[in-house]
Amino acid sequence: MTGVLPITLEESRKVVQALLYSGKEYICLMKLHGKATEERVKEVLKEFENTIYQRPPLRASVKRRLRTRKIYYNEFLEMDGRNVLFKVGCEGGTYIRKLCFDIGEVLGCGAHMQELRRTRAGPFTENEGIVTLHEVAYWFMEWQEKKNEEILKRFIQPMENSLKLIPKIHVRDSAVDAICHGASLTAPGVLSLETGIEASSMVAILTLKGEAVALAKALASTKEILRMNHGIVAKTERVLMPRGTYPKCWKSGEI
Amino acid sequence: MPRSTPPWEVERKTIAKTEDETDPKYGHKPEERPAEEYVRYGVINLDKPAGPTSHEVAAWVKRILNIKQVGHGGTLEA
Repeated sequence: MTGVLPITLEESRKVVQALLYSGKEYICLMKLHGKATEERVKEVLKEFENTIYQRPPLRASVKRRLRTRKIYYNEFLEMDGRNVLFKVGCEGGTYIRKLCFDIGEVLGCGAHMQELRRTRAGPFTENEGIVTLHEVAYWFMEWQEKKNEEILKRFIQPMENSLKLIPKIHVRDSAVDAICHGASLTAPGVLSLETGIEASSMVAILTLKGEAVALAKALASTKEILRMNHGIVAKTERVLMPRGTYPKCWKSGEI
Repeated sequence: MPRSTPPWEVERKTIAKTEDETDPKYGHKPEERPAEEYVRYGVINLDKPAGPTSHEVAAWVKRILNIKQVGHGGTLEA
């Protein structure tokens, strides 16, 4: 199985959580075990859209209990005899091998996953900035030889690119270090924010320079935050920036 | 049932609440980080080859770049 596999380096591993949460897209070649009409295959693919129930397969890295997953779309691409090619957009943690098996059961003839290519993992797609292992090895050698930073940028992206699909809140310089120490984000620190934030959504807290400070859980919606003058806006969950990057701007209590 | 929108099709707008400036003395724009820091706060959009597991591929990247820690966003089976 091939395709988009975002690799996080050193400190950026902390953004994996955000990546796992942002959805996937695959191109799948499914092999039917018997005859089925194209029309019927298309019908069944549609039946497996929206919320589906899925029990993780025998070889799985999670507990095998029935769980629900969202399928955003199953797009039929082509069919040749018993081979069916389709595109699936789904929530992270959906087992495509299992999806094929279940589609086969509904079709009545049985089916299995033959080939799979991931075309998207969150904001990363196979069309933009994707590199092979060979390219990584090659560009890294080039970088060591020439020490030209442009070479690094050919295969490494800033971790902030992983946060593209998560709503963002930009904060004042003076709020940054407190958040790096684990404090919650309060209303006066907020400079701008994106639409679509709801209480309990995951948000990314960024500086005005666009650096990621932390992942947090919003405690209010975009509308509410815009009206707030004080109080907690988001609870810090994962700090991404080291302490002391920005100056400390809060008063410590007396001991 | 209404079709749920994939996260990558959600459109978001930025709304300003107040204005302020950032002091160039602290931090860096992500694309302007010094090389060593750029790597430590970096992500590679890797095209996984068929055959090895996601973990093996991640371990190779770790060895190639000679760094201590790597992770990957979602296992893609061998």
